[in-house]
Amino acid sequence: MTQKLVIIGNGMAPGRMLEHLLERAPGQYQVTIFNAEPRVNYDRIMLSPVLSGEKEYEEIIIHGDGWYIKHDITLYKGHKIVAIDRAAKTVTSDHGVTESYDKLVIATGSVPFIIPVPGRDLPGVITYRDLDDVQAMLLAAQSRERAIVIGGGLLGLEAAAGLASRGMDVTVLHVMPTLMERQLDPAAGYLLQKAVEERGIKVVTKANTKAIIGNGKVEGIELDDGRIIPATLVVMAVGIRPNVGLAKDAGIACNRGIVVDAGMQTSDGSILALGECAEVDGQVYGLVAPLYEMARVAASHLAGDRSAAFVHADTPTKLKVTGINLFSLGDFADGEDRQEIVLRDAAGGTYKRLVLKDNRIIGTVLYGETTDGAWFNDLQKKKVDISDMRDTLIFGQAFQGGTPLDPMAAVAALPDDAEICGCNGVCKSRITNTIVSKGLTTLDGVRAHTKASASCGSCTGLVEQLMAITLGDAYNPTAVTPVCGCTHLGHDDVRRLIKAKALKTIPAVMQELEWKTSCGCAKCRPALNYYLVCDWPDEYADDYQSRFINERVHANIQKDGTYSVVPRMWGGVTNAKELRAIADVVDKFEIPLVKVTGGQRIDLLGIEKEDLPAVWADLGQAGFVSGQAYAKGLRTVKTCVGSDWCRFGTQDSTGLGIRIEKFMWGSWTPAKLKLAVSGCPRNCAEATCKDIGVICVDSGFEIHFAGAAGLDIKGTEVLGLVKTEDEALEHIVALTQMYREQGRYLERIYKWAKRIGLAEIRRQIMDEADKRQAYYERFVYSQKFAQVDPWSERVSGKDKHEFRPMASVGFADAAE
Amino acid sequence: MNWIAIGKLTDIPLRGARCVKTPQGKIGVFRTAENQVFAIEDHCPHKGGPLTQGIVHGTSVTCPLHNWVISLETGEALGADEGSVKTISLEVRGDEIFIALEEQLMAAE
Repeated sequence: MTQKLVIIGNGMAPGRMLEHLLERAPGQYQVTIFNAEPRVNYDRIMLSPVLSGEKEYEEIIIHGDGWYIKHDITLYKGHKIVAIDRAAKTVTSDHGVTESYDKLVIATGSVPFIIPVPGRDLPGVITYRDLDDVQAMLLAAQSRERAIVIGGGLLGLEAAAGLASRGMDVTVLHVMPTLMERQLDPAAGYLLQKAVEERGIKVVTKANTKAIIGNGKVEGIELDDGRIIPATLVVMAVGIRPNVGLAKDAGIACNRGIVVDAGMQTSDGSILALGECAEVDGQVYGLVAPLYEMARVAASHLAGDRSAAFVHADTPTKLKVTGINLFSLGDFADGEDRQEIVLRDAAGGTYKRLVLKDNRIIGTVLYGETTDGAWFNDLQKKKVDISDMRDTLIFGQAFQGGTPLDPMAAVAALPDDAEICGCNGVCKSRITNTIVSKGLTTLDGVRAHTKASASCGSCTGLVEQLMAITLGDAYNPTAVTPVCGCTHLGHDDVRRLIKAKALKTIPAVMQELEWKTSCGCAKCRPALNYYLVCDWPDEYADDYQSRFINERVHANIQKDGTYSVVPRMWGGVTNAKELRAIADVVDKFEIPLVKVTGGQRIDLLGIEKEDLPAVWADLGQAGFVSGQAYAKGLRTVKTCVGSDWCRFGTQDSTGLGIRIEKFMWGSWTPAKLKLAVSGCPRNCAEATCKDIGVICVDSGFEIHFAGAAGLDIKGTEVLGLVKTEDEALEHIVALTQMYREQGRYLERIYKWAKRIGLAEIRRQIMDEADKRQAYYERFVYSQKFAQVDPWSERVSGKDKHEFRPMASVGFADAAE
Repeated sequence: MNWIAIGKLTDIPLRGARCVKTPQGKIGVFRTAENQVFAIEDHCPHKGGPLTQGIVHGTSVTCPLHNWVISLETGEALGADEGSVKTISLEVRGDEIFIALEEQLMAAE
């Protein structure tokens, strides 16, 4: 019979427990989760990469909403449980929801410790625990002012590095003489401090905070020695405490944590506890590996197998700050019965220390060079007698057994049960077996199926080596990346073969190049469609069903399924008639948002798909054509007012911009193409971060290209100086055509230029007049087929099925 | 179950989709290159993206918002993503397409 399982808390431990439980005993429990945080289960270990900007929140979600729906799990988001009634076997949330249980799992995690100093409640003092804290820090970081992190442990240093990379001036205050003293000995702590300081982060050790000062908000910190350090943000990362209040109130036995036995059972037979709130055999845990072990044990007890037992194991510590490698494991305090082996390379920044007792490793500290961590971990776990290799032990696995092993052989020599991924407890054989059984060839595939290197990522190198060993020549990380899973060919090969074999349709490409799927996928089809349009402009009619939706309906899809519409404003110039027409359309269709874009045009947002043709018809009446703000093609040519108006203008930048836009609109390019023309080097049109830009000077026109101001920020490179407007146009068009013919689909011009080489591009466009002329003419020819306004076509009835539902059923008025 | 005619096979482009409005939300009707027809909820399990606006390939569709790939046959997300949408029973009689709507859906009027 189905039993009711209620879980309080939705962190990584209960999430993992549910995965095991659903695998072992599907359908045994009807599951309800109460999560005090208003969101799904995410990877808390990865908050630091989110803070530093290396990851997005979406990338660290473990279970999306769909997962809960699929497994029929009720998830109450933002519900904090306020009471457990053990007699009635119910829990009640702060929103008044009461749920009964047969089995209850408490996974309330931990709460950050707040040092009891005056000023701790001031706005601007935060902890580092969940996504809300990260968001608060990101918001504060926008000011680029001063921040103080209290606590030089793992979390504190990750917070400091994240805030520093966001542009804040960061000081770390640490009460002990060296950083991370619980994981590192003083020597490694010193090296770490140097590395942190090299990143521009100030470190103050032996710093006792006396008070947080400020009038209404944080203004700084006063130390015991009287020093005052100003700051607008204070992050407390001094430690965590198991969150046991709820269990204690319910009369469940608690010490530091909720007391559980090796089967995760609390003092109440119907209640289990796991995660950071649980205390097993006098120990509480904060690293993920033991918490995942608890999850495995708890799941197996819930599934009815009572043999599983939690056993304490030391867990290695790693710091997730890019560029700092450290590894620490076990006990490294000095003692009479202990010996140590130390290797130092001051200049190289390497430090290794092994602590031995009875010829066995009991502690390891590695700084700078950590690749042998897995091997030392294995030796320690298995209590291997190291007498025979004592002389060379510190040099690592490569130096054992006579001949030095290369790193690959070292990984190959690891035993099958050696732990590779500490976060997820994945051993070597699990990875190699999965690679073989699932036929995996990519790192992403291994991550998806084994979870190895999917949490903190510090074992990625090891996993890649295992892939290389298992797959042999079949694994080549530097090999050409295929266009997608439908082919083994890369973009360049596909482009070359389309020309060489004169392939002129998508089915022909797929047939001749031996595509592995019947009709491609959403990655390769739009790419092939572009290549064919570009290579056979007069012969190939593009495949409508292979366009991305925006290019199919000539508007930009928004998150709610409505569309945005951007009419073309040549060179950013408009007039009263056009503005009046836009205003009328906004009123008539009740368009919710009108927004000026960065490309000097007007964006109308929130339009229903069915209304698009009517909106276009009205805009067309006023002379507007599509601004193609959705296209992998020419978007805008941004201009300044130039010599006609500006007292500094040297040329007619507005006129040149309009001329370029009128010449080039409609053509498809590998990725979007944004241009700008500035009338003088003051560069008001921001031409030096565009795909192609022009800076007008007294002596002519300086042509720039390969800038970026999106995911990457990059100033442009100079292509060259030309004397006349005609020459400027010819060079820009030729450059664009060269990019059209060589670029990979979705590859922006700056990436293409990096791949081809700036010198080569300058040579072909600036120096070889014949080449330039030929590119120019091929572009001009292709424009004969490209310069058709898609909006007026659709207003006249093209693709009209696209804008109407096929049917409306079940409504009263449609019933007959 | 109530079988309702929603239109002709040729109303849907090959490797394309159309949507059908119902009081319970939109249903997507998809036609593959091999002329198979499927109906699923027009609502990606990830962020609710309109699946009918995606690119249809094989017997799958790729959501236009964040590129989840959904099987038209099972409604399940493919690859490493997890989630599913409801599939809706569908029959092609001659060149007419019928979908099955549940009684309570009809009774909602």
